[in-house]
Amino acid sequence: MTDPIITAVDVKKSFGDVVALSGINLEVQAGTVFGLLGPNGAGKTTMVRILTTLLRPDSGTAAVAGFDVVADAPKLRSVIGLAGQSAAVDEILTGRENLQMVGRLYRLSKTETNRRASAILERFDLADAADRQVKTYSGGMRRRLDLAASLVGRPQVLFLDEPTTGLDPRSRLGLWEFIENLVDEGTTLLLTTQYLEEADRLADRIAVIDQGRVIAEGTESELKATIGGDVLELKLADPTQMSLAAEAVAGMCCGEPSFEPDQGIVRVPVESAVGTITDAVRRVDAAGIQLADIAIHRPTLDDVFLTITGHHVEPEVAANGQAKGGKRRGRRG
Amino acid sequence: MATRTQTAQTPPSTPTGLAAIKWTITDALVLTKRNLLKYVRVPTLLIFSTIQPIMFVLLFNFVFGGAITSGIPIPGFEYITFLMPGIFVQTAVFGSTNTGIGLAEDLGKGLIDRFRSLPMSRSAVLAGRTGSDSIRNFFVILLMIGVGYLIGFRFMGGFAKTVTAILLVLLFGYAFTWISATIGLALKDVESVQAASFVWLFPLVFASSAFVPTASMPDWLATFANINPVTVTVNAVRLLVIGQDVPGLFDKSLQTYMLQSVAWSLALLAIFIPLAINRYRRAV
Repeated sequence: MTDPIITAVDVKKSFGDVVALSGINLEVQAGTVFGLLGPNGAGKTTMVRILTTLLRPDSGTAAVAGFDVVADAPKLRSVIGLAGQSAAVDEILTGRENLQMVGRLYRLSKTETNRRASAILERFDLADAADRQVKTYSGGMRRRLDLAASLVGRPQVLFLDEPTTGLDPRSRLGLWEFIENLVDEGTTLLLTTQYLEEADRLADRIAVIDQGRVIAEGTESELKATIGGDVLELKLADPTQMSLAAEAVAGMCCGEPSFEPDQGIVRVPVESAVGTITDAVRRVDAAGIQLADIAIHRPTLDDVFLTITGHHVEPEVAANGQAKGGKRRGRRG
Repeated sequence: MATRTQTAQTPPSTPTGLAAIKWTITDALVLTKRNLLKYVRVPTLLIFSTIQPIMFVLLFNFVFGGAITSGIPIPGFEYITFLMPGIFVQTAVFGSTNTGIGLAEDLGKGLIDRFRSLPMSRSAVLAGRTGSDSIRNFFVILLMIGVGYLIGFRFMGGFAKTVTAILLVLLFGYAFTWISATIGLALKDVESVQAASFVWLFPLVFASSAFVPTASMPDWLATFANINPVTVTVNAVRLLVIGQDVPGLFDKSLQTYMLQSVAWSLALLAIFIPLAINRYRRAV
């Protein structure tokens, strides 16, 4: 392990009476991807804004690439890239002009700016649209351009604040691929997200953040162990058979089953593998229980929260397609 | 881009003194260009922002002009000669609201966040915005001069006084762009900025000598109008346009009005440049 490239020690920030961060500690190793996972209002964006010098912490210290976020802010800005929640690109300008503007503001020469702009546009699949005004771009293209703009300065550390929020599933997958390519080249990346799946796929280490503090941190598998991994969900034709069903599948794995009586749903933590569903169906069938539906769900952000904090994600997020009993794999557009 | 190197770059040292000023200017020019491109790409913006002042010229000259001059005759001059200096200053002052609106727009789109995360000069975004708005103002005023010439307006003071008059208006307008910048960064919302700007700009421009002689106003209003920086600037420009004093129309000499107008502009800049930059640093 090398020295961490991002460090934060007991960072606190309040806006008036509202405590946004109540003492955040972070360490991110160079060349890794770090995910800040949490619901809206958890403090993710505030943390990114502090690390990118847009906000000053009330107390505590933080540094990126050895530069303190307060004392060395100007130097810090020259080694980072930021793509915020909204695609921060100028609609009137063309894609190329947006990148050229950013390049010039990094004080690159005109030739170098143009060279990098062309290369980045090519790489982000925007070459064909490069000389069109951004107002003609789709949402996914704007996000790609925004990400592209954050790379013009060849940052050592890249910050992506909810890079795929508001994108349709296809654009999201596309953007993930671009992000993964960046990571392969060794850029250190700190990204925030509301989606466990996104953190899962992109991040080496994940910090779960809630109400301004880190409530869990670890690699994907470490976190999964805390959360309990995959969940087998049985929907019964006859809700009165719930305890019978729980008994039938009890031997499959570990952990206590949970019930949703009104819907006749039984959930059991399992280690998902080939044959898990077949095995479950066989056991339930042998017990003479009729199934209405059966599925294996990977844990959602809501599950993480339920497990770690004992409360569901705040309504704002929970209301968005993560309602109980709904298809949990469903993603928001 | 496959061979992207990951060698740690040494960040450029933060410039000081002259180098810092040069950086600010370079950055500001990049953004000035960006802001002006907007008018090239969306020409209707420029058309609509010039229609309003043209309407004011026509409205005052042809609708109110007769009544205004019949009440208080302006000896020896057409009303258009009296009116146009007022229109120039009004155009510059109202035009300044674009600065606050533009900044509020950039804030809303997250562009200000991007700029603030870049290793660029802290004041360049504001310098670029106020600069491009002043260039825009210059073009609108040139257009107003053209419109004025079509309906009988003439600069009668010669070349030097004409240039001085235009510079005086631009400086005054520039000071107002910084007030507008401060408002824009404080309110952060396009509609609010628009509404808030006209609430104080309207009385300021109309309770002045821009369209009528202040002598025609009730005493309490005339008192305000006479110390109003808009009056001071309009009168200076008016004297430069006419080229000579008009007995009974002006309280003070050209030199006094010019000095006062420049003093107002510089004082406003001295107050609002630091205020706006401070707002920019803290803008969320």
